[in-house]
Order: sequence, then C-alpha cells, then structure tokens
Amino acid sequence: MIYNLNILLPEIFLALSIFFVLMLGVFLKNSFNLIFNLSSIIIVMTIAIIFNRPNIEEKIFLESFTRDAFSNFFKILILVSSLFVLNTSKNYIIDKKLNKFEYPIIILLSILGMFFMVSSNDIIIFYLGLELQSLSLYILASIDRDNLKSSESGIKYFILSALSSGLLLYGCSLLYGFTGSTNFDLIANELNKENTGAVFAMVFILVGLAFKVSAVPFHMWTPDVYEGAPTSITGYFAVVPKVAGLAVLIKFMLIPFSNILSEWQTIIIFISIASMILGAVAAIGQKNIKRLLAYSSIGHVGYALAGVAVGNVSGYQSAIVYISIYVIMNIGIFSCLYLLKKNGEYKENISDLSGVSKKHPLLAISFLIILFSLAGIPPLGGFFAKFYVFSAVIEQKMFALAIIGLLTTVISAFYYLNIIKIIYFDDSAITFDAVKNKKAQVSIFISCSILLTFFLYPSILNKLVASLFIN
Amino acid sequence: MNFPILSTLIFLPLVSSFFIFLSKESKSNNSAVYISLFSSLATFLLSLFIWYSLDSTSSDFQFLEEKNWINNFIKFKLGVDGISILFIVLTALITPICIISCINSVKARVKEFLIAILVLETFMIGVFCSLDLVVFYLFFEAGLIPMFLIIGVWGGPRRVYSAFKFFLFTLLGSVLMLVAIIVIFWITGTTDVTEIYKIQIPKEYQNLLWLAFFSSFAVKMPMWPVHTWLPDAHVEAPTAGSVILAAILLKMAGYGFLRFSLPMFPIASEYFTPLIFTLSIIAIIYTSLVALMQEDMKKLIAYSSVAHMGYVTLGIFTFTKQGIEGSIFQMISHGLISAALFLCVGVVYDRLHSRMISTYGGLVNYLPKYSFLFIVFALAGLGLPGTSGFLGEFLVLAGAFQKNYLVSMLATFGVVLGAAYMLWLSKRVIFGNTNNNEIKNLKDINNLEALMLITLAILIILFGFYPSPLIDTLNVSVNNLINNYEIAIKANGLN
Repeated sequence: MIYNLNILLPEIFLALSIFFVLMLGVFLKNSFNLIFNLSSIIIVMTIAIIFNRPNIEEKIFLESFTRDAFSNFFKILILVSSLFVLNTSKNYIIDKKLNKFEYPIIILLSILGMFFMVSSNDIIIFYLGLELQSLSLYILASIDRDNLKSSESGIKYFILSALSSGLLLYGCSLLYGFTGSTNFDLIANELNKENTGAVFAMVFILVGLAFKVSAVPFHMWTPDVYEGAPTSITGYFAVVPKVAGLAVLIKFMLIPFSNILSEWQTIIIFISIASMILGAVAAIGQKNIKRLLAYSSIGHVGYALAGVAVGNVSGYQSAIVYISIYVIMNIGIFSCLYLLKKNGEYKENISDLSGVSKKHPLLAISFLIILFSLAGIPPLGGFFAKFYVFSAVIEQKMFALAIIGLLTTVISAFYYLNIIKIIYFDDSAITFDAVKNKKAQVSIFISCSILLTFFLYPSILNKLVASLFIN
Repeated sequence: MNFPILSTLIFLPLVSSFFIFLSKESKSNNSAVYISLFSSLATFLLSLFIWYSLDSTSSDFQFLEEKNWINNFIKFKLGVDGISILFIVLTALITPICIISCINSVKARVKEFLIAILVLETFMIGVFCSLDLVVFYLFFEAGLIPMFLIIGVWGGPRRVYSAFKFFLFTLLGSVLMLVAIIVIFWITGTTDVTEIYKIQIPKEYQNLLWLAFFSSFAVKMPMWPVHTWLPDAHVEAPTAGSVILAAILLKMAGYGFLRFSLPMFPIASEYFTPLIFTLSIIAIIYTSLVALMQEDMKKLIAYSSVAHMGYVTLGIFTFTKQGIEGSIFQMISHGLISAALFLCVGVVYDRLHSRMISTYGGLVNYLPKYSFLFIVFALAGLGLPGTSGFLGEFLVLAGAFQKNYLVSMLATFGVVLGAAYMLWLSKRVIFGNTNNNEIKNLKDINNLEALMLITLAILIILFGFYPSPLIDTLNVSVNNLINNYEIAIKANGLN
C-alpha cells in the first residue's frame, strides 16, 4: 500500500527538524540561542507548510489520521500562539537561567503531540499524541530544577495527569470493547443510546479531557502548577494545551460520540457551570497573579465549554472563537508579566503592581485593556467572545446556563477590577526596571490592538471558523 | 444623506482623545486641554447642526446609517429622532463644561482625565444614537470603563468602594439585559429596533424580557431600592465625574425605557405600571426625606437626583402625552440643574476641600456672585415656576393625574419636600452666620467658573420661560410613541 505522505508533511517536517535541532544541541556547546532561533524558524516554516496544503479533507493510515480545515485551523492557532509565547519569554528564560537547549525542543515536541491530537481519527493515534504532549509538559513544568516549587509542580502535574491518562485509557479500551473498533468513524456508526457501556467509556474519556483543559472538578493541579512553573511555561500552559484540548473535545462530539450527544452534553453543562463558578469565586482571594490567572483560565474554559455544551455547530464555532480570543488575551497578559522586573527579579504578587500607572503608563494601560477584555466588558474583544457563546447557548433555550454564566462574569469582574484598582488607584510601591524586551512589548501591542479594534470587524473570526464546518 | 454625520459625531471625541494620548505632557498641560476643548465644542456645534436640520414634523428616525456588522445579521445602525437628539445635545453641551471645570479642579494626571472624559462622551452619544440593541448594549456598558476610572483615580477617600459598587451594580443589572437582547434576537430574528417595533414580541415573553431590561435600567436610573450606589459614586467622584454622572449617565436609563421598554413590550409595560408607580413614589418621598438629613452637600444633591428621577419614571409610565413629555423635559432640565449644582459644590470644594454643609455658612457676604447663582440653581432644583425644573415636574404631575389621583397626590408631596431640603441647604450654606474664618478669605468665582455656571443658569431660565424648542422637537416622536403603544394595547384587548 502506498500512502500519500503529503498529508502528513507538516508532522514529518516538524519531527525531522526536532531530531535535527536535538542533534545540534547535543554536539554544539552553548547552543541555546541558535536552537531557540531555529525553533522559531521551524514553527514559522511549519505554518507555511500548512498554509500551502489544500484544506480538503483527506485521511491516511487506514483512516486513522485526518487532515482537514478543522485540524489545520487548530494547528495554525497552536503554532502561532507557541511562537508568541516562546519569543516573548526569551528574556525571562535567560534571566532565570533556564536557557538550556532542550527547552525549545521540548516545546516543539509538545506541539507535535498536539498536532497528532487534533488530527487523530483513531483512539490510538489520539492517545499517543496526548501522551507525547503531556510528557513534554511534565518536563516543562519542572524545568527550573533547582527551584523547589517548580519541581513540586512538575511532580504534582505528573501524578495527577498520569491518573487522568489512566482513566482516559481505560475509557478508550472500554470503547474498543463495546464497539469493536478504534476508528472514530466506525465507533460513531456503532454507538447508540442503548450502548450503556459506551456511555461509561465516554465518561472516562471526558474525565481525561476535562483534566487536560483544567475544567472543574479536574482542575486541582492548575493553580499549583501555574504558580510553581516558571512564568514562561505558565504562559505556555495557559494557552496552547487548552487550544488542543478544546479541539479534541469538539472533535469527539463531532465524530465518535455524535450519536450519544445528549448524555455527553449533560456532563459538559455541569462541568461548564462548575468551572465558571469556581473560576469566578476562587480567584477573588488570590495574591499571586499567576495563581489568579490559573483560576481565571478555569473560568474561561468554563465559558468555552458552555459553547461546546450547546452541542451544535454554532455552539462549537462560538467556543472556537472564544478560545481564539482567549489566546490573544492571555498572550497579552503574560507578556505584561515579563516586564514586571525589579532588581533582576520578576514580581508575581498582585500587590507589587500598585501604582504602575504612574511610573509605567503604557504598561498600565495594556493591563487595563486586557483585564477589561478578560472581564468581558464591551467594546473589547472579550465581550464579543462571550456574546457569541451565550447567543449560541440561548439559541438552544439553555437559559439557566446563560444566566449563571453571565452572573459569574459579574463576580469575576470583581477580581479583574481589583487588579485595575491596584494598578490605577493605589500609590506606587515599586518602580520596575526598564526592561528591554522588544518582543514582549510588540506582542502586548498586537494583543491590545486586536482587542481594541475587534469591534470594527467582530465577525472576522466567525467567518473563518464557520468555514471549518462546511463539509 | 450620504455623509455619516452621526458616526462623525460619535467618534470625533474618540479620535481626538487619541491625539491627546499622543500629545506631550508638559507642566502647563495646555495642549491636551485645548485639543479636548476644541473637539468637544466641535461635537457640540455638530450636534446643534443635527438638531437644526432634524425634521421635527416626522417621527421617523433620521440621519440613518447602516453597516453590516456581526455576521451580516446584526447591523451597526444609527439614527436620531426628536427624543434622542435632545439627549445628544445635552451630552455635547455638558462635556465641554466638564472639561472647563477640570482646568481648576483636576491637578494630577490631567491628560488621562481628559481622555477618559472624551472616551466617555463617545460612548454616551453612542447610546443615544444607536438603533440596534447590541450596539446600544455595547455603548451602554462601555461607559462603565471610563467612569470607573474617573471615580477611582481622581475620586475622594472612599473612591475604591464607590467605584466598585458603581461598576458591579451596573454590570449585574446589565448582564440580564444582555440575555434579554439575545432572546429577542432569537425570537424575532433581528436586533434592529425599528424592525422590532413592527413585529409584536409574543405576549408570553414580554413580561420576562421587560423585567430583564428593567433590571438594567432600574440600577442605572437609579430607582429605589437599587439606588444606593449613586450617593456613594457622587460623593467620591471628582466634580466633572459627578456632573457627567448626574447629567447624562442617569438619563440613559430613562431614555432606555422610552426607546426600548415601552415600544417593544407595551403589554408588559402596562402590566408593570403599578410596580413602577410604587417604586417611583417611594423614591420621591423616601429619598427626599433622606436628602433632608444629609450633612454632605454632594450626597444631598445625589439623593435629590434619585427623587427627581422618580418623577421621570412616574411620567414615562403614565403613557400620557403630558407625562412622557414632562419626563423627557424633566430629564433635560435635571441634566442642567444637577450639573450646575454639582459644579457649585465643586467651586467651593476646590477652595476649602470640604463638602460638609457645616463647613460653610454665610457665603453670601463673601462670595456674592457665587451665592446668587447657587440660589438660582437651588430654586430651579425645587421647581420654582420660571425655571425649567418647574415645567418638567408640572407636566409629569399633570400626566399622573389622568391616571391615578393617589399617585399624583403623593408625588406632589415630593415637591414640597424638595423645596424643604433645597431651601434648608441654601439657608445653611449661603445665609446664616459665618463660623469658619477661612470663608472670609475666599475668592469669588473666577471667569471660567462664571462662564460655566452662567451658561447653565441662562439655559435653565430660558427653558423655564420658553420651553417650546424642546417640546416642539419632542412632540411628534412622543405622539408616535403613544399611538403605537395604544394600538398595541388595544390589539391585545387590554382596556
């Protein structure tokens, strides 16, 4: 059998380049800069390769791997956000002495894992992709080896994640047992509501996925890992795996579980409401900004899941738009964190931000825009994200979900306002060093401009996302 | 008309705020002030031009602008009619006054303050121009951001509490309105207000949707019992912030009732009239009594605002021509009077840094010009005939009489109470003995302050004697509103 390997070209290119830079790193000394830059180039080239491929749906390897508009969109989103996260954090990595050549390579590996996740059309491929991603993330979480908190967060993440992977794998095997296949399309044909065993399998798989996107009640690891891991890694955690996790969730609903959607929906509605509430309430008392962002990301995942819970195409579209805008906001806010440096130390306490508006007006206004956008106040981008999600939710007459969701935005507005209060209303405590981090500044600028001008063409993302679901 | 004149009006302040952002901050800070003053005056002239060229014999929306906006089904639609143009002109008038007032009173971060004011002006004009529910919501909510900062950054000692309370109260009310807007979209397939006017929203939905809109407008208005954020916000906000809050932000809710609640949900509006009447009466009497007890001048005026807004809601829900015209007139006149009163408090606050009534006394001996203007505004505030304050209240009460004797009688008590707290305030601040030696050294109002206050005083007296420019503009639109309302009520077999 001859395979059309063209379909796999981005993955093959990425994998080979990873081996190449890994070899380079092994044999060259002090090669961090070189490998870092090469990695950025690899990411850009992969983006170019994906753009060069047609968006027609094609499957390969006994239909276990798909390439279509859907997976391509997510791959590009993953690559672009990784590119931003990597480049904005370079100064941070060097300052924190994390500049080991493995760092960008492991990130590339996790990207490869996510590629297989979003493209998978088979449980085995899906699981392998997921594990490749997770294993890379464990290492990344504990990459600051001499730091107790970083190691702790890595171990914590590893143990909990391994547990959830186990559950997920158990679900996969149940699914295979009850349907006799590992292929998504075949599973979809076999499944129906009477198949109680498959519903069990679905629950286990959902647990695994909920863990990966850090939805309540599988969120326990998030605050600790976000706080313990170096900020550059937290920024990565907050953005990229969420995108991949959401893509897989939507994919599961679209293909293998499309016939037992209502069972799946009930659980997602619960998870969504729980995440929104916890994300709003638990963040209030936080003193560490990374911890706060962890809870905020739990809340945001809740909103995205509210779109997924709708269970139709317009709901999935709104969830994808939501996560895209979430990515823009989070890249912006983490880039801001890289600028909070005092005497060579990066500040993480919210109280350190007091009076930033007097000494660093531009940084303060960036915080302002991004935080109001995270809170979902119009006319910023974050409002439109929520608007689309809740209009999809209300279209299906799920009023309770919509009202609870919107009420939690009021609660969560409180802690975003609280940061703004500290930045703008309080007297200044610290003058931060003038950090020369052009890349972070540029990415803050891009993120803020998008959020500010989003209202001019609010449907630009919708059109793009709608084209993913045409077939 | 091809030229997008309303968009120009809306975005002119925003664009100029961008220029202020780019302007260099020097010690004198002049360029920022000049740019903002110039742009706000230009906006004012433009709004006057729109008022002048508006055809007041037609109840249609004019200067329409439409642009595909969200997914080709929600349009960015703007337009004005006889009702909204008055609020737009009011907004455009108050903004330059605020900018002038901040020359004296804002010492720190002037540039940012001016940017906040101009951005806020954009959002406020946007609220009154928008003919699409989503566009309306966008502007309505966006106004929270600059106002939050104005209270929080330039406010008094308890500014954080007040700013949070203001923001969260309003946001909580508004999210329910957002739900209602989306529901309307899925029921009718459009959020274009003019389209929704033509489609009757099914009866079974109306009550809930009305309540959702009400939750937002009641907080913004503010109506008893959700008015508690207003005194706090007023007291802590800087003078210009209080002026904008009282003169314009509160009017958004009244405008919202007229533009959305009444025409879109006529049956529910009829159904909930007793609720509105009860809350309005409580607001008028209770907050007037509370105002009597205040020791803080700003707080007193804030509570009087709540009472005056009680007349507005009362008038709107009488569904009579006098009632509705009266409440619109009352909103405009309260916009001028409360702005003037807050400016008056600001004038003495800038000199003595106290808002307490007990600090002052006998100002008439040392600040005669100031005292004269203060008395004019206080008398207008209590609704003396010959000032614009009288006409609004009178029309509202005349409208209420046609509906319900008891309600109008109770509301009339409010007029008496209003006179009581205003006169007592004047007595304690302007007349009486001077116990505070600092007052003897105070300077009377300077030219800038005189300019602001005299402009407002002239307008208040002018509209008191000659209200027809306002009433003529309103007339046709209000008639149309009432006609449509009566048709809808009759079609559903209610009285």
